[in-house]
Amino acid sequence: MAHGAGGGGDDPHGETRRDFLTLATGTIGAFGVAAVAWPFIDQMNPAADVLALSTTEVDISKIEVGQSITVLWRGHPVFIRRRTPEEIKAAEDVNLADLKDPQPDSDRVQKGKEQWLILVGVCTHLGCIPLGQKQGDPRGEFGGWFCPCHGSQYDTSGRIRKGPAPQNLAVPPYAFESDTVVLIGAEQEAKKA
Amino acid sequence: MSDAPRFKNPIVRWVDHRLPIFTFMHHQQVYPTPKNLNYWWNFGSLAGIMLVVMIVTGIVLAMHYTANATMAFDSVERIMRDVNYGWLIRYIHMNGASMFFIVVYIHIFRGLYYGSYKAPRELLWLLGIVILLLMMATAFMGYVLPWGQMSFWGATVITNLFSAIPLVGQSIVTWLWGGFSVDNPTLNRFFSLHYLLPFVIFAVVFLHLWALHHHKSNNPLGIDIKGPQDTIPFHPYYTVKDNFGIGVFFIVFASLVFFAPNLFGEPDNYIKANPLQTPPHIVPEWYFLPYYAILRATPDNFIGGWLTSWLGFIAVPAKLAGVILMFGSLLVLALQPWFDRSPVRSARFRPVYKWFFWIILLDAVVLGYCGAKPPEGAYVVIARLAAAWYFFHFVILMPLLSVFERPDPLPHSISEPVLKGGGSAPARAPAKPMEKA
Repeated sequence: MAHGAGGGGDDPHGETRRDFLTLATGTIGAFGVAAVAWPFIDQMNPAADVLALSTTEVDISKIEVGQSITVLWRGHPVFIRRRTPEEIKAAEDVNLADLKDPQPDSDRVQKGKEQWLILVGVCTHLGCIPLGQKQGDPRGEFGGWFCPCHGSQYDTSGRIRKGPAPQNLAVPPYAFESDTVVLIGAEQEAKKA
Repeated sequence: MSDAPRFKNPIVRWVDHRLPIFTFMHHQQVYPTPKNLNYWWNFGSLAGIMLVVMIVTGIVLAMHYTANATMAFDSVERIMRDVNYGWLIRYIHMNGASMFFIVVYIHIFRGLYYGSYKAPRELLWLLGIVILLLMMATAFMGYVLPWGQMSFWGATVITNLFSAIPLVGQSIVTWLWGGFSVDNPTLNRFFSLHYLLPFVIFAVVFLHLWALHHHKSNNPLGIDIKGPQDTIPFHPYYTVKDNFGIGVFFIVFASLVFFAPNLFGEPDNYIKANPLQTPPHIVPEWYFLPYYAILRATPDNFIGGWLTSWLGFIAVPAKLAGVILMFGSLLVLALQPWFDRSPVRSARFRPVYKWFFWIILLDAVVLGYCGAKPPEGAYVVIARLAAAWYFFHFVILMPLLSVFERPDPLPHSISEPVLKGGGSAPARAPAKPMEKA
């Protein structure tokens, strides 16, 4: 570009004032284009009304020990299970070395609320919904969940124990607003303490 | 300007041998353009830019818009409030329509002043009128989509124009509506067509440019290019000039979008469509006002009766006469290449036409002003006079001027005035800089 066509040929080594101006203009232009492009890209991200629905409030007072419910959060099922003491013990006693995706049970529940196991009910293999929520559902060898698609089995902490799934069932962010109401999709502020 | 450029890159050469797209691009770059174009020649490229802006923002809006009579209004409000930058994109699209028409109207009056419609550019001009018609249809249907009060009643009034057609008018209106009033089926088809027509415009713009490049641009002197000394390559000279124009234009456009986004809008259109209540004062968008004034200017008896005797066997009520005149206003514009017989293109050398050009420009503004006012009192009289002048100018005055006007002497070439009215230009050096591009 710009072979000093009458421009400021002030440098004998070929770099001219025109080269500088071309480069500077191009740079500013690129910033301008990027600034204009961003709104057109960002408009495809979730809109404010979609984000407003990104948390789901659940009343858990009616769940008996040993029972589970499924709620919809961000278009996915979320499993809420009130675990029995045996299930909690089974989950805590597992040798982490036996796990495909090692994680202690204490990392998957909130301290003092160990009976409440809250999971995104989507198999980490290919996205099916595992069985085990209803009474009479197959729960697999580890008493948790069993995915009917390809036979992945999860334990009472929702960790993958057998089958093709690579990871444990995800734990969504959630916060207890009170002893009987949980807000899924929000971080618990006291959780870090 | 060799006909077949030689490319260094072997891949480019391979592709170009099979699909000469690089040769095509090269020809766009070195396209010889009259060297004396002034800033009025920027408005063609500005119109092209606006078409792209409208298509891009429109595609984005269609991602969020719902074409359903019960949901359309709310979906537009959702775009304004919830969609990321939705307000910006909608305001660009909304004001973009106004900017598009401003640019195109200046482009048209540029053509009228410099005689750009004359041979051999008659088809270029006609294609431009086709683009204008398509733009008007697109803009009208787009205005209906937000389903506000003005959308609804504007659609009702304009579609009812077709009821003026004898015998089949009412059937045509029912057919347009897909029902017995403007309703959901109307909205759906308008959305479909509003999405389609811009791409039709795009195709016609392509033909418009093809015709343009065949005989090259007209220029402020209105005389033909005599040789390479009269031209400069489009790139970089006019790419730079066009880009500068785009920059200035975008400053104006952006000021509108950010500081007065509803300047051209009607507050009534932020009220949801209500088939049971007409707004007190229905006004079309500003770019339709001159036509609207012509439409309403028809006296009940005079022109109706005149047309009746003229057309002989068809009875022409005032309603139909108004519609005919409105579409006729575009027809007489389209026929300018044949009404204006003067061999001189540019008004610079037409001492009489020059004045009438400004009068017809003023006339169009007056028509627009009357179109915005209620049809009563003095406005009706002014609108009628202005409408009469409009047709007088294009149909009677222009042919007469071609006969009676004595044009000023034309320069011998585009270069001549630059070279101080003397020497034979062809032998001079200016051919040199062209080889550079």
